[in-house]
Amino acid sequence: MIVRNVRILGGEPVDIRIEDGVIAEIAPEIAGEPGIDGGGAIVLPGLVDLHTHLREPGREDAETVQTGTQSAARGGYTAVHAMANTSPVADTAGVVEQVWRLGREFAHCDVQPVGAVTVGLEGRQLAELGAMADSAARVRVFSDDGRCVDDAVLMRRALEYVKAFDGVIAQHAQEPRLTGGAQMNEGVVSGRLGLTGWPAVAEEAIIARDCLLAAHVGSRLHVCHVSTAGSVEILRWAKSKGWNITAEVTPHHLLLTDDLVEDSPVGAYNPIYKVNPPLRTRADVEALRAALADGTIDIVATDHAPHPVEDKETEWSAAAMGMVGLETALSVVQEAMVDTGLLDWAGVADRMSIVPARIGRLSGHGQPIEVGVPANLTLYDPSVRTEVDPSAFASKSRNTPYEGMTLPGRVVATFLRGKPTVLEGKLV
Amino acid sequence: MNRHLISAGDLSRDDALLILDTAEELARVSERSIKKLPTLRGRTVVNLFFEDSTRTRISFEAAAKRLSADVINFSAKGSSVSKGESLKDTALTLEAMGADAVVIRHGASGAPHRLANWVHGSVVNAGDGTHEHPTQALLDAFSMRRRLGALDGRTVTIVGDVLHSRVARSNVLLLATLGADVTLVAPPTLLPVAVDTWPCAVSYDLDAVLPKSDVVMMLRVQKERMNAAYFPSEREYSRRYGLDRDRFAKMPDEAIVMHPGPMNRGMEIAAEVADSPRSTIVEQVANGVTIRMAVLYLLLGGETA
Amino acid sequence: MVSSAVSDFSSDQTPHSRAVLEGPDIHRALTRIAHEILERTKGADGVVLLGIPTRGATLARRLGDRIERFEGVKIPVGSIDITMYRDDLRLKPARPLGHTELPPDGIDGRIVVLVDDVLYSGRTVRAALDALNDLGRPTAVQLATLVDRGHRELPIRADYVGKNLPTAKSEKVKVYLQETDGRDAVLLMKEDAK
Repeated sequence: MIVRNVRILGGEPVDIRIEDGVIAEIAPEIAGEPGIDGGGAIVLPGLVDLHTHLREPGREDAETVQTGTQSAARGGYTAVHAMANTSPVADTAGVVEQVWRLGREFAHCDVQPVGAVTVGLEGRQLAELGAMADSAARVRVFSDDGRCVDDAVLMRRALEYVKAFDGVIAQHAQEPRLTGGAQMNEGVVSGRLGLTGWPAVAEEAIIARDCLLAAHVGSRLHVCHVSTAGSVEILRWAKSKGWNITAEVTPHHLLLTDDLVEDSPVGAYNPIYKVNPPLRTRADVEALRAALADGTIDIVATDHAPHPVEDKETEWSAAAMGMVGLETALSVVQEAMVDTGLLDWAGVADRMSIVPARIGRLSGHGQPIEVGVPANLTLYDPSVRTEVDPSAFASKSRNTPYEGMTLPGRVVATFLRGKPTVLEGKLV
Repeated sequence: MNRHLISAGDLSRDDALLILDTAEELARVSERSIKKLPTLRGRTVVNLFFEDSTRTRISFEAAAKRLSADVINFSAKGSSVSKGESLKDTALTLEAMGADAVVIRHGASGAPHRLANWVHGSVVNAGDGTHEHPTQALLDAFSMRRRLGALDGRTVTIVGDVLHSRVARSNVLLLATLGADVTLVAPPTLLPVAVDTWPCAVSYDLDAVLPKSDVVMMLRVQKERMNAAYFPSEREYSRRYGLDRDRFAKMPDEAIVMHPGPMNRGMEIAAEVADSPRSTIVEQVANGVTIRMAVLYLLLGGETA
Repeated sequence: MVSSAVSDFSSDQTPHSRAVLEGPDIHRALTRIAHEILERTKGADGVVLLGIPTRGATLARRLGDRIERFEGVKIPVGSIDITMYRDDLRLKPARPLGHTELPPDGIDGRIVVLVDDVLYSGRTVRAALDALNDLGRPTAVQLATLVDRGHRELPIRADYVGKNLPTAKSEKVKVYLQETDGRDAVLLMKEDAK
């Protein structure tokens, strides 16, 4: 198969020939079959998400492995890491293998399960991390995401223990005592709205502690969804020490701010903006963008968190936290980072494919687009602007904060080991 | 005026004065032998109370009945709401009943905003979580105006748990609109982090502020706050922020004392202060009915959108 | 009197608008009504004048002053706002309330003379009768109006009329009084007059 007229990382137009799922030739013009016309689209290495909630097993009303991976493919992803906070929790080899097998069965993108750090995400006893690592799912990323491993001793042990199989602890940094009943970013808006604040320090204190712990025991640490300017400062300092720390930022934290809770086209207190960690201030957004640009924050991860309508059409405090993100991630990153001149397409490939695959120790993903590598590719047309229409989502859920917003770009096609999962923007 | 009354911040100065002036006229109705007006005949007002607040509910009920509206009291306890029905489904039920106005009291900040998305009638916020309680602020302003005259340039001191107080939020917004100078006094733990962005001054020292106050409004302090380390003990709170007889003596002679109720006598306010002739606490209750009549009349008394 | 009101007044003299009563006419009409009230009520004993805000209340005060001047008796004057009793509330946004001020001794057992500026459909008077019903029990209620322009929609008539003014329904009658408007006049305007 030949993919014609595409621009690798936005470079000169080329044709790409794919054989047996591997890139066989890259040249300005390749003779032969008509192939697929890329129409001058940018080609990126297939995107890799380190932070996806597929909800299966347990909340199949919100998302399933099938719909979640379809959503991923439409967003240009060829691999997603499925978070462990399912029901039952992915804290045993059995559950992670079940999720992994479902991903293989539907084959819209690769599903790499994340294992829970502690049994039942309860933060008391380590889960069988080694068994999950040794299972067919080959788990390398462990996270209690949704909950913070706040016990310092437990966190230290987890960081140490996973060294045996090159694992990484992905920490949801949230000091629980400082965030009891927290509803939104603590600041000007929370004070006015009378919503319990989620202070930046609750994130920053845990990140600082974990960086010190990781350095002390010589382990890898990954920090989930960094959301504050203060966190960026701590990470910059920790990285300057040469410690083995990586961090992610979500697309929504690169674009949206907490004043939307008070004033937005969808009305005040609309839980469509309720997410954890919460939307922060404009200054935080600017700091996160700069950190992603200069590498202090390594990657973009979606924290795709589907919820059914009834969990969002409620009063604010009763609503579920989270936003779907897979199908809008690349557009939001273009809006926040590329169109602002902070990142070029090589930078986008780095932050959304190459480095996430490296952190997750995923083979076959996040490799440079060269002859001989698996043909995991995303074709993206950055020139169009369209209104976000949640009804067109492949995801089972519609809880996007971008409904009605006009965002740039469109995923034209996605190839998983040479096989198209999306063509002309539609699922294959 | 807006179709709803959800935040005191939504009221322009003209709106606020119109409500106060209307209440001034309606106050006479309470003095008549026939305390009823036919104005809202055929209109339906639903009192949708998710929190127990008999005082506020009967105040709205009396106001609506004095205007001849039909009143439906919908208490969340023992209803389908306690069996898990969502606010939205409840709203659609009220809509089907033809509610012209829904008076909502809810433990969640912002619940009235959400409700307004789902009903056609007017939404009146009767207290939402730790957000606002605009009719309380209006009745407070009305009570102050009846005692002191116009509020422009008057100094109002609000003392207590501002962080969790919907009364304080609404009062700060409304009093600023009406031209009064508001000072909040509380221990730093009971002030929101960005209170410096509010249209008021802030002090931690009640004794310094009292001699300059025309009005001192004491907020209820819930004893549970003590367990969450907002202050060390009731005794210490009362010593530093309670309005006792000695502090009362420091207030100017004409200054008045207010409390939205229910009071913790001996905690934030001494009994003899609460019962003094300069306390408006009892008339605040009567004024509550009057101000709510004015609000219901102005929201429902004209054409409906 | 030289004021902006004078220039307003001259600008009212357009093809769309003409003065049907000038200041002296209003003065004479009120004087006559005051005499008629005295005559009908046998010296205004037990009479209470209640004006319907805004201009009816002003007219009631003027009538009270005249009666006092003619007879040397001070009769109670008050106002009665009928907004909350109107039958057309739902046709317009909620209106600000007028002022109701009853004399200290109330209206029970008195002869209430309602005073309004213009009698038209009769609906305002109907509302005033309802309002009175909630305020007390007069022995009798009478009605005085400066202008009766006809087109009654209810079985209501005035006991004292300043001027009967034949009008078309498309026309408007506007009463200006010194106390509220800076001058005395009654204008008849075509509907499209500004």
